[in-house]
Amino acid sequence: MSSVSLPVCELLHATDDDDERSLVLSDYEGATARWCPGCGDHSALTAVERLLVAEQLRPEQTVFVSGIGCSSRFPHYLKTYGFHGIHGRALPVATGIKLHRPDLTVFVVMGDGDCTSIGAGHWMHALRYNVRMVAMVLDNGIYGLTKKQTSPTTPQGFQTNTQPRGSFLPALDPIELALGVTNASFVAQTAEWIPAHLYATLRAAYHHDGFAFVRVLQRCPMYTPSIFQLAVQKPDTTELLVHDDGVIVPELEKSYRNRLTHDPRDLARARELAMPGEKIRLGVFFRDESRPRYDLIRQAPAKTPAERVNLLNEELDRYAV
Amino acid sequence: MPTGTREPPAYDATTVARSRPHAVARREHTLEIVSDAGEGAQKCGQIFGAVSAKMGNGVWTVEIIPAEIQPPPRIPEGASGYRIRIGSDPVTNWGDETQLVLAFNEQVLLARHRLGALAKDATILLEDSWASHPDEDVQRAWADALAELGTRDYTLIRVPMDAQCRTLVDNPRKGKNMFALGVLSCVYARDLDRVREQIAYAFRKKSEEVYATNVALLELGYRWADEHLDLRIEVPAMPADRPMVVMNGNEALGMGALAAGFELCAMYPITPATSASHYLGETFERFGGILHQAEDEIAAAGVAIGASYAGKVALTITSGPGLALKTEFIGLAVMTETPLVVVDVQRGGPSTGLPTKVEQSDLLAVLYGQPGDAPKVVLAPSTIEECFHVMVTARRIAETFRSVVFVLSDANLATGVQPFPRPVLEERWMRASLDQTDVAPGTKAFDWDPQTGLSRRLIPGQLNGAHTLTGLEHDSRSKVAYSGDIHQHSSAMRSRKLAVLQSMLLPPPVHGDETGDLLVVGWGSTKGAIEEAVDRLRAEGQRVSCTHLTFLSPLQPGLRELFGRFARVCTVELNYSDEPGAPYITTESRRYGQLAWLLRAHTLVDVDCWTRVAGEPLRPATIATAIRERLTANSTGGAA
Repeated sequence: MSSVSLPVCELLHATDDDDERSLVLSDYEGATARWCPGCGDHSALTAVERLLVAEQLRPEQTVFVSGIGCSSRFPHYLKTYGFHGIHGRALPVATGIKLHRPDLTVFVVMGDGDCTSIGAGHWMHALRYNVRMVAMVLDNGIYGLTKKQTSPTTPQGFQTNTQPRGSFLPALDPIELALGVTNASFVAQTAEWIPAHLYATLRAAYHHDGFAFVRVLQRCPMYTPSIFQLAVQKPDTTELLVHDDGVIVPELEKSYRNRLTHDPRDLARARELAMPGEKIRLGVFFRDESRPRYDLIRQAPAKTPAERVNLLNEELDRYAV
Repeated sequence: MPTGTREPPAYDATTVARSRPHAVARREHTLEIVSDAGEGAQKCGQIFGAVSAKMGNGVWTVEIIPAEIQPPPRIPEGASGYRIRIGSDPVTNWGDETQLVLAFNEQVLLARHRLGALAKDATILLEDSWASHPDEDVQRAWADALAELGTRDYTLIRVPMDAQCRTLVDNPRKGKNMFALGVLSCVYARDLDRVREQIAYAFRKKSEEVYATNVALLELGYRWADEHLDLRIEVPAMPADRPMVVMNGNEALGMGALAAGFELCAMYPITPATSASHYLGETFERFGGILHQAEDEIAAAGVAIGASYAGKVALTITSGPGLALKTEFIGLAVMTETPLVVVDVQRGGPSTGLPTKVEQSDLLAVLYGQPGDAPKVVLAPSTIEECFHVMVTARRIAETFRSVVFVLSDANLATGVQPFPRPVLEERWMRASLDQTDVAPGTKAFDWDPQTGLSRRLIPGQLNGAHTLTGLEHDSRSKVAYSGDIHQHSSAMRSRKLAVLQSMLLPPPVHGDETGDLLVVGWGSTKGAIEEAVDRLRAEGQRVSCTHLTFLSPLQPGLRELFGRFARVCTVELNYSDEPGAPYITTESRRYGQLAWLLRAHTLVDVDCWTRVAGEPLRPATIATAIRERLTANSTGGAA
């Protein structure tokens, strides 16, 4: 048993440093994914599985929390612990898990409806709480599970079943919003069609000491196959943000020649880069590990039942007749 | 002075011989302090109540709360204050009318007068500086008010609070309450050392100078009353034969949460629940706990569910509008069988309703608020003491039954102060009851016992226990399932747990004879008032008994049999029901009180109800009148 001193609860038997298991892909693979062929969720799952193996994360110490939507089936396809909750509310559940069990590794998987629409209130606050976890929004710009309704990130003019004349408003940019939230500490964007970049970004997010927000640009093969067609076919329309503190993917050097060195500590520059433009920018926009973490601030030294009884008796003394 | 009115019998305080104050002995007395909001009448009353309890009196207090933080001064709607019923015996409810009132101005006094809060022969201690106020409108308002008050047989005593306080402080608005406390301490012979001690506690976050000023004002008030008032009310205290504590219901809930070993409470501010969170905010960290103020009510439920899922049962505290927002998450907790304790400190509804006023209108929302079948446990404490102990019970049931447990308190319990026997704490309440050892490969996440529906909960960290909880219907391995057979079976397993819990409960005790003409059934904070009303009726020779339900879901066993022993059964509740005989109201259209509705469905007995949504606790006398009417009515229960 390790002597790791973790606060809050007694549920720590599994933080066993003597664990000598060598975990392989099959240790993480759950049910067969039921997403449509060509769905970007498959890429995200593959990248996550690769990360789990690479980091040798113990399945019983890892929790995937999701909301509702195609992407939120994610936990079912893994052999870790999972919590497939309700629409838009994955972040509060994940926050509760981490506040109570800082020893667990938590990933949150949301769709664009989950994160930027029905759960947007939680999203903003989760960014500010800066509780350590990886939060991915698998953003295909559409409600897929309910069959093609407009989401906040649907491109303007894109026709859907609820806005058949085309989406009325400019799409909400999750990166732009996240960079505007006080105390956000990690904001990155990647794309499902560039698996190497997706993996490298998730890896950086996993190692970030705080709340790591990753937007994964995706295509829905059923409803939005065309929205990133240009970016997929012409890598020159994409610009990779590179930095030692961000994401560098050497194997992409030949195919993605548009590269911009961006220091992720430079928030003002990050906000400029996030403004809508011709190019899709991928990489770590912002990262600052010095920002206060709510989960660390709120750690209270654990007390034994005997200590609590004593404390409560002192408390009752104050109210004694 | 307008013609046709008379000044109330005045009382010339200056002529009283100090040596022979006229003392009246009483088994109990009800007094209140009212002021504009922000003048500290509540603080004064809280201290008086706490001191009385500590001296060994039975005590029940009620806050008089304006709905706004800072209503304009000197309007009846702005009346803010504190009502204290003290007795030689234990006091279980707020009683009937107020017998002595100390008012900081005549307008807030009018509010209480018009509300019928004051006894016909009440004694009034009234700040008199308004009579000679430079503003003529104020003088006129004073005169009009006194004329209106003059229609009753009140005894009015004018107290120069402002003038007296000015001898010590520049701004009597701050501090008048301590002068008032001094006056009342003299009238009721409170132990001044205890009062000083309580002041020190009440102002523990303020400077030593604030304490000193307050004590000086207290002593000034005491001396003034001692020298000028021929009024002493003796309510002998009966020192308890065992250690007692005194607190309000929200403090008791918070302290109960500590005793129960909760480690996380997630909440969002809402009246009248928030003060329970204030208590935890002050203490929880010392116990290794976290009070998390979430971004909204929904997130508060989500954080609590996440924490529960990850280990120990967590808690969320709310009131009506917050409950509405938590609905979906509570359904998720039921579906995933994630233990969760939800405290609902009820207030008047629907919608924002009456935020500061007591009501018992959330029972059916709590039971049936979730779309789909969402069985859960509902407990209702009926005393301040039960507010403490219910938290231990709630956690234990939530964990054992993998269940959502509601605790239905209300605004009356939340702010009511009552002494009760000091709880004898047990370490086992606080231990993690969950078996956290690794499980065998293939262990099911919902390994339901087919008889009971109970199953062992697996939590993250347990080797071989990994599974994905889901709000979708699922089989015993927590795999998403859409088949009708599985939905039928899983629903049965979630429901069966309630029947198992019911099999462990006892029928509710009967207060009074086991048979009779009428059985009154209540739940929650009305217990003391109902029992007092029943006792009065029984003293008149009526064959009335009452019973009080702590478990609303599952209902305690034996109710049908119990009801059968009485000619009629009638609930008394603080929620809305149609009055029999009102326009269009027939036996078919009448909507019943919430417990009555439940009991009718549950027992098939024609349970009647008498309910009120007056925004204040029920008075024993009012209940007694209602019961008398039921007893003399020709109907055999149900609508007339």
